[in-house]
Amino acid sequence: MMFDRIKEKLEILADAAKYDVSCSSSGSKRSNKNKGLGNSDGMGICHSYTEDGRCVSLLKILLTNHCIFDCAYCVTRRSNDIKRAAFKVQEVVDLTINFYRRNYIEGLFLSSGIFKNADFTMERLIQVAKKLRLEENFNGYIHLKSIPGTSDELMYEAGLYADRLSVNIEIPTVSGLKKLAPEKDHADFIKPMEKVKNEIMQYNSEKKIIKSTPKYAPAGQSTQMIVGATGESDREIMLSANHYYKNYNMKRVYYSGYVPIRNDPRLPSLGSQVPMLRENRLYQTDWLMRFYGFNVNELLNQQFPNLDVEVDPKLSWALRNPQHFPVDINRAEKETLLRIPGIGLKSVSKILNARKYRKLNYDHLKAIGVALNRARYFIICDSRGWETRDLGSAKIKSLILRNSVGKFRKEYSSQLSLF
Amino acid sequence: MQPTTSLIYDGTFNGLLSGIFLSYEEKLQVVAINPPGLANEELFSESLEVITDKSKADRVWKAFKKIASPRGTNAVYYAYLSEEPGIELEILKYFQHTFHYKKSIDGDFANSHVLKIAQIAKKVSREKHRIEAFVRFQLTKDNIYFAKIEPDFNVLPIIKKHFTTRYSDQEWIIYDVKRKFGLYYNLHKTEIINIDFSENLGSSEENRYFFDGSENDFQKLWKSYFGATTIKSRINTRLHQQHVPRRYWKYLTEKNPLHN
Repeated sequence: MMFDRIKEKLEILADAAKYDVSCSSSGSKRSNKNKGLGNSDGMGICHSYTEDGRCVSLLKILLTNHCIFDCAYCVTRRSNDIKRAAFKVQEVVDLTINFYRRNYIEGLFLSSGIFKNADFTMERLIQVAKKLRLEENFNGYIHLKSIPGTSDELMYEAGLYADRLSVNIEIPTVSGLKKLAPEKDHADFIKPMEKVKNEIMQYNSEKKIIKSTPKYAPAGQSTQMIVGATGESDREIMLSANHYYKNYNMKRVYYSGYVPIRNDPRLPSLGSQVPMLRENRLYQTDWLMRFYGFNVNELLNQQFPNLDVEVDPKLSWALRNPQHFPVDINRAEKETLLRIPGIGLKSVSKILNARKYRKLNYDHLKAIGVALNRARYFIICDSRGWETRDLGSAKIKSLILRNSVGKFRKEYSSQLSLF
Repeated sequence: MQPTTSLIYDGTFNGLLSGIFLSYEEKLQVVAINPPGLANEELFSESLEVITDKSKADRVWKAFKKIASPRGTNAVYYAYLSEEPGIELEILKYFQHTFHYKKSIDGDFANSHVLKIAQIAKKVSREKHRIEAFVRFQLTKDNIYFAKIEPDFNVLPIIKKHFTTRYSDQEWIIYDVKRKFGLYYNLHKTEIINIDFSENLGSSEENRYFFDGSENDFQKLWKSYFGATTIKSRINTRLHQQHVPRRYWKYLTEKNPLHN
């Protein structure tokens, strides 16, 4: 290997791939047979974390950053004056294997700028995955990007070797896409998504009859949206996310706060802050939709098109809907417990277990890990001192804010600081 | 009042189980169970040394497994591996609680012993997961992938399976420097080994002598990848250190200041 040249390419092509948020390596099942290399047993591993605190699970690189498109939000756009590089297929294979053997990574995340056309690019990506699986007997995790506009045949082949496929929708609305990436067609994004969805469904039904049906993208597909590049409301973003979850069986939708990379009148100017708090609130909403049984319209609707920055979306919902509270910890159903602010999935599971043995009081709940500073206004348990006053939502909110700390608090504090 | 007893066991899991057996057999009022070398702090109790007996240990474990759920038995073993002072007594209390109720009590989180065991087991499983992530192999000249670790808890017994299935086509060693034993996979099975290291292991001459010629290059590649994948405008050192605590940096290639 020509280490110096590889190092230079690696730096360019990892740098260009870093804005892709997804680094998940979970949800696949690929066991190690016949003394091959690696396994993916469903549980992802973060082998390290970058200095900005993101998980490093996969070797995340572009095959090349040459691109025929000129999307305003993208660093590798044609008109941008940056160093360009391209990996050879074998180079990516060697890097992946050598990193994997040293336990640096769970597998490969391979994306690419689009050179020549969609199919030509996708073919190269597939070649890497195919080589890893067939020549190296590699059972680690492979995440391939579906290039918008790829033909159905290639998408089928990609799914045979990859664990996950994803197309980044990037701009949540069709009108936004028109503005920032006029050369791209919304339909081109949807086409590979549709194909992958159908193949997965077909695989699942065939698998029941024929056990040896070859695996097809066992970790499903995901997508990503940039937040804060165009003027969408939180409601528009989450409705769009909900659409992809429902209609394309997405495993995940990622939200990526826009990092300003150039001065363009269509985009937030250089030096403007990355909307991290907003990103955080969107992820919280995403979780509420997927794991807590909330409907997107309960959290965001015509009346409340944007999330409350001061409190988390579940608390915000509870404050708007006091008629559902208080909830009796010792009697309520799981679905109801999940809706109490300050009680998460793990606490709910512990409560359901523990209350079989005895009635639970504040001390038990505290020991279990419930955030009582929020939950206490919404529950009844086996303690006398439960909140009996009818405080009203505004009062509860101010009490909670006064008795808690938040890492983003300084960003939205409306009070002027003296110094 | 019945006199109280402090048990001293040999530090092994079977030893601990033998101690639990003894406490039932002799109807002892046990106030402490300690590994050797720890002074008895219970002034008014009698010290008693436990003789490890595999058959007695098996009897206790079997009886316990019959009642407890897999989650419960797992939690007890993980808690034992934590080596936390006083955990042995908590395990005894957990057994007593189980045998008293004659049914699984692993969900009784309002009981302080059950919660304690569950929480410590969680800590150990977190450490297991971290070590599975943070092991960094270096390729030696004899084609063995070699890694050193210094985990907070004794996780080698529970990471064995993960590494054996994952790296089944390469020889590897993972060595616990703190506890002075390691795992060695010889392409057929994984065994426990002890190594005497020379004084200056880890020095650069030693490294050149031991490790494959390309090893250094791959480490450099990995470090430059690690640097390039960081988004500078989002740097968050606190979050970074929360995920990768400083005590692990010593063996992490990407955090190692050498050859920068």
